[in-house]
This record gives sequence, C-alpha cells and structure tokens, in this order.
Amino acid sequence: MSVLSDKPAGVRRRSWTVALRERAVAALPPEKLLADKQPSYVSSWIYVFGVLSLASLVVIIGSGTILALKGPAWWHFTGVGHFFNSIHLWSVELFFFVMVIHLWGKYWMAAWRGGRVRTWVTGAVTFLVAIPCALTGYVSQQNFDSQWISAQAKDAMNAVGIGSFFNLLNFGQMYSYHVLLLPVAVVALVVAHVLLVRKYGVVPPFELRELKARAMAAQPEDG
Amino acid sequence: MSGYRARRRAEDEAAREWKGGCRSYDVVKEFCIAVGVVLAITLVLTILFSSPDDPPSTIRQWSRADPVDFVTTAVSELDGSSTTAGYGPPYNHASSGQHEWFIRPQKWLGVSHPIDTTQDFVLAPLSSITGQPALQSAISSYKSASSKQQSAWADGYTKALNNAKANPDGSITVPPGSYGPLPTLMNSLVAFAQAGGLDGALLTSKQFYQTDYTKPLLFMADGGLLASRAKQQHLLGTQWGIMNETGSYPGQSWLWLYTFWYQIKPFSTSSNADILVMTVMAVLSLALVLIPLIPGIRDIPRWIPIYKLIWRDHYRFIGQRR
Repeated sequence: MSVLSDKPAGVRRRSWTVALRERAVAALPPEKLLADKQPSYVSSWIYVFGVLSLASLVVIIGSGTILALKGPAWWHFTGVGHFFNSIHLWSVELFFFVMVIHLWGKYWMAAWRGGRVRTWVTGAVTFLVAIPCALTGYVSQQNFDSQWISAQAKDAMNAVGIGSFFNLLNFGQMYSYHVLLLPVAVVALVVAHVLLVRKYGVVPPFELRELKARAMAAQPEDG
Repeated sequence: MSGYRARRRAEDEAAREWKGGCRSYDVVKEFCIAVGVVLAITLVLTILFSSPDDPPSTIRQWSRADPVDFVTTAVSELDGSSTTAGYGPPYNHASSGQHEWFIRPQKWLGVSHPIDTTQDFVLAPLSSITGQPALQSAISSYKSASSKQQSAWADGYTKALNNAKANPDGSITVPPGSYGPLPTLMNSLVAFAQAGGLDGALLTSKQFYQTDYTKPLLFMADGGLLASRAKQQHLLGTQWGIMNETGSYPGQSWLWLYTFWYQIKPFSTSSNADILVMTVMAVLSLALVLIPLIPGIRDIPRWIPIYKLIWRDHYRFIGQRR
C-alpha cells in the first residue's frame, strides 16, 4: 500500500486493478452495499419474499452440491441420499413459490420506476432461466419421471431447433446443464439483480393524490 | 393523455431517490434468518412428504410384460412406420418437422442425432447376436428383399399381430401367413430384449462410457409402455403432461401456462402444436421481461391500486403526520 501511494498519480491511474476498484466503490460504496438503514416505507410482508427467494437458492445449491458430490445414482439407493434429494426438491418448489410472489409484488409496486428497469429485467430473466434449470433437474433424476418428461418435452425443443444442442434424452448433457451451466447463469443473474437493488434501492411508494392535495391545501395555513 | 404521460414521467422521476426517513436494518441478520426459515420449512416438507422415485422402465421389462406391444413397435421401427422413423430432424430426413408459416427451425438446424430405426433399433442389434445361423440367414433374406416385398411382409405381420398370443416362454404366436423372415427376426429380437441385451445394444456407441439414452428412450416412447404408466400417473399431455410428476407431488407447477396451451384449440389439434406453443411462450416471456416498456401493462399497477395495501403503513404514517 505504501509502495503504491509513493508512486505518482499518473502511474497509479494506469493500474487496471485500481481503476476497477475505484469504479466499483464509486458505483456501490460499502455503506450502500451492506447498508444498515432502509427507507421507512419498507414495511410490508411482501418484502420478505425477495430474501426468501435468495435463501431458497442457498438451500438449493447446498443440497444440490451434496447430491453432486455423491453422484447422480446415490440418492436412489440410500436413505440419506433420498433425504437430500427431498430437501433439494422442496427447496426448488419453495424457490419458485416465493419467487412468483416476489415477482407479482414487484409488479403491483411498479418496481421499475425511477430508473429501475434493469432491476426488473434481471429479476424476470432469472425467473425464465430458472425454468430450464429445473427442467434439466427433472430429466436428470434417472427415474420414470425423467423418462416421461424427457420423451414428452423433447418435441418442443426439437420443433424450435434447440434439440440439436439441448437433447433432453441425453442424460450426460442434461446433467452438465443442470449442475453447471444453468446454475452459473442463475447465480450470475441473481448477483446482478441484488447489486442493482443495493445500488438503486427499493422503489418508493406512489404519491397519493389525496395526501398531496391535503398537503397543498394545508400549506398556506402552515406558511 | 399527454397530461397523464407527463404525470407518469413526473412520478417516475420522483421515484429515483428516497428523500424521506429511514430506519435501522440488519441485512446480514435478515438473510441468515431467511435461510434458517427456508431450511426449516424444507426439512418439515421433506419429513412429511419425502420425494417421488418411481423406478425407470427398461426394454427388458417392457418386452416381458407386453411382448406383443414390443414386437408391434419393433416391426414399425423395421418398416419405417414408427413415430421416430417418420420424425424428421434432428433424427432423420423422413419429414421436414414442424413449421410456422415459412419458419422451419427444425429443418434448418438439420439432423444432429442421426437415427435409422431399421438399422439402429432392429437389424444392428440382431446382427450382434452370434451362434444363430437361422437368424443371420433371416437378416440376409430381409436385407436382400425388395422394399415392396419388405413392406408386404411387414404389413401382413402387423395385421397378424392384432391376433397374436403371448406364450408362457415369452415368445409370441401369430396366425399362419406369408411373413417372410419376420417371425424369425422378431422372435429373436424379443428373446434378446427379454434377456436384457437390447437395453445395452441401443446404448452402445463408439466408446466404453455411455450417457446418451436417446435411442432406447425413443424406442420405448414409440411403444405403449411409457404412455400406459404415464396415464396411470396422470402425466399424459391431455392431463397437463410434464408439469406433473408421479404421485401427488406439485411437480413443475411453474410450467402451467406452457402446458395450458396444449389443452385448448388450435394448439390441441394442430400438427405444429409444439412450435406454436413455444412461439406464444417466447412472446409472453419477452413481454414479461419488457413490462416496464409496454404501455398499458406497465400502467395497470397505477389503475388498480393494490399498492395502497402494500404501503398502507407508510400512507397511514404520512397521513397522520400531515
């Protein structure tokens, strides 16, 4: 640190690392990234569903990691494996349940107002990417559900040409999509979404016309 | 209308930054509590309901349980009349696949997983059986026959299969007729399948490790076993299909809108249902992402003031203060 600070300002500016750090801190200072205050209007149960979506994702990744460590066949033959598979299943069900409520809540708040369009877009795309992520999980189960779902759903993939590189009947390919490619996409989108929420904050309430009118009527008296 | 737009823009601008009061908040604590709550709920659901795991079907199982259906399917693979044989891309060139107006992505992306059902599902597995001169002779006889002759044998044999009987030893008997080498081929194939050989033969490729189940799954899907199990479990396309799963589990309920289109006309009766449904869903998905930019849809939250319920504490506080 002392060596860096000894160098002239021009030399320091040429550092990509310093430039990246300065841009990151300027965009999202630590006190904003991990804020210890929130606007007073954030007072409704609907706000809980955002963090519950994140928490469900943590449980999905945790249980999925254990299943991945033991291999795709483990859960069929052991009670412990089946237990972790059940946790994985129910956390996915919960994830979609709370995420849909979160999405509806944000819709009725018109949460894209005030320059928050990107926050909405990343959230909506996360929901859409999570769907094939779950589908690849269902077809990677190696049971009758996998056989039937893959045999049925392949027609939709083939009809739009996706089937040539997204073959639901190919267990190896689907397993790769499920444990790596799609989860990475979901996590990256969630990180972007959360950073945007931290940067721009949660959308303030609509101003009520009756309250505004009352305030304006009261102004001369106050004055 | 312009007044409305101006008011909306002003509201949008006013929502950029909150200049009102704040309260203390511990984001890390909130997140940890949320993880604990979700973990507790999933544990309760796991203990109460576990998860479904119906064993997969095998060709061995199918050929033993219903040898007539197995042989009927195998003959349709041999004469090219099965669903897979006539599927088109990505498996073969038998048709151009589904389309919407001039848009034919199935055809444009071509055959990426080539499957010749005659060869891959029937003749190649039979050719791998050694020590059966009569079988090898039947294969040669079938291959050297004209396609007209092959079709005549297959048609006659398929009709005869309607009156076929399954024998206690697993073989089948059809009424006498002129079927060429087909009885030999099919009895050998059913015996091979009942011993488990066909499950392995359809997985075999150029290397030792196998993870691609395209061939055995397509073969089984052409028969009646998977569909009959699916019907028992309410998983058929007409029963809201893939959004369900075995047992009484919620399944992929988030696919309800996708599955919904298959239940209504024109999708339910169209031969291009899949591409039509996928197009509708692509448009709706894009609309979901772009809601903030779509006039009308983005204004509904203003017109139906559910926000008054969401922020009722805030409005009550502001009202009292004023």
